[in-house]
Amino acid sequence: MDFDLMFSSLPKLLGASVVTLKLLSVSLFFGLIVGFLFAILRINKNIFINKFAYGYSYLFRGTPLLVQIFIIYFGLGQIEYLRSTFLWVILKEPYWCAIIAFTLNTGAYTSEILRSAFQTIKPGIIEAGKSLGITNKIIFYKIQIPIAIRQSLPAYGNEIILMMKGTSLASTVTLMDLTGVAKYIISTTFKPIEVFIVAGGIYLFMTFIIHNVIKFLEKKYSFNT
Amino acid sequence: MELLVFGKTGWGDELFYATLMTIAVSVTAMLIGFFFALIFTPLKLSKYKLFNLIGNFYTTVIRGVPELLVIYLFFFGGSGAIMYVASIFGYYEYIEINAFITGSIAIGIISGAYSTEIFRGAIQSIDKGQFEAAKVLGINKFTQFYKIILPQMLRLAIPNLSNVWQITLKDTSLISVTGLVEIMRQSYIAAGSTRDPLLFYSFAAVLYLMLTYLSMKIINRLETKYSRGY
Repeated sequence: MDFDLMFSSLPKLLGASVVTLKLLSVSLFFGLIVGFLFAILRINKNIFINKFAYGYSYLFRGTPLLVQIFIIYFGLGQIEYLRSTFLWVILKEPYWCAIIAFTLNTGAYTSEILRSAFQTIKPGIIEAGKSLGITNKIIFYKIQIPIAIRQSLPAYGNEIILMMKGTSLASTVTLMDLTGVAKYIISTTFKPIEVFIVAGGIYLFMTFIIHNVIKFLEKKYSFNT
Repeated sequence: MELLVFGKTGWGDELFYATLMTIAVSVTAMLIGFFFALIFTPLKLSKYKLFNLIGNFYTTVIRGVPELLVIYLFFFGGSGAIMYVASIFGYYEYIEINAFITGSIAIGIISGAYSTEIFRGAIQSIDKGQFEAAKVLGINKFTQFYKIILPQMLRLAIPNLSNVWQITLKDTSLISVTGLVEIMRQSYIAAGSTRDPLLFYSFAAVLYLMLTYLSMKIINRLETKYSRGY
């Protein structure tokens, strides 16, 4: 065990974990919006809209995240037309390509989580709202959405942790996130175990915090207090 | 499109073999995962605190750390660890383990952590009366597990194990960083030499979609088979 290396690499790895957290929070924020939109499309009765949303989630849940990042980072740059538009400003940056890939990926999973939450709401609750003369719009915003959010909290907590692990793939497109820096230190010092312990410890610490925040929220918003 | 044909001019046959490689790695990793689950599930369910601690440590660490980091650990640390063990037995030559073995062990350990959790949940949800009845009838532990607990457990575990299979299948794409020629690596090579990444990575996505779709179909059959009588 090389404890000196563990201590000296800690600040570098902690600095890199800021990149990881940034990637995670930005992609979760956009992913939640995308997921919410597609969840609403999924419960739409129009079969084409429905199938479109299903196709999106199937496509992104059925392929590895690595393929998605590579298609966006390496693949899209190949289209000549895109290079002339303003989109190129975004697509030439590995950071934004990773964000787009993560957003679309987590959006697909989030839409499935929210859809199943919407569908498990008991019809009696909506009927009760209707019989009280509440308009459909208010039933949706004030009854369905809060219940769906509470229902989907445990599954969404898992998704956050999965996404945090997913951000490690940003290192494959030259971003120096926690895994990227860990790999760099490993390949320069050839001490994989020490670096793994420190980097893995930081990841576990983040998992621990996310897990407990979700648990706290679950307790706070549980129905039967 | 002519880039995807079989033969010398196209990449069709290379990608076909790469797909077979992906399947081979996934199956091997899944089996290694079952092996780990078989060791760690009893530890997690054990009465002894120390065994519980070991089991929990395994599942928590592996499920909380990115797959890529675990793969790097095995890729860079694998041959070093083997050489260290060999040096105890007096063998000091350089040993290189091939990418297939390192990759499937790394992915296997990851999928093993998920399988362990699923087996634990499945065993715990079996009615306690079943264990007691077997005990009362004087059935020994081995038969009890294989003839009574396992069939009931599988029914509960298969839907969740199908998720683990999907995760494992997708995780194998990460082994491409170690140089094992599976779908992702082959697409990377093809994209590099033809300067057509969009085509090859999209095709890789299609291949993965096909694999997940086909495995879904097969698993659905297994599910109906094991839920007979329910």
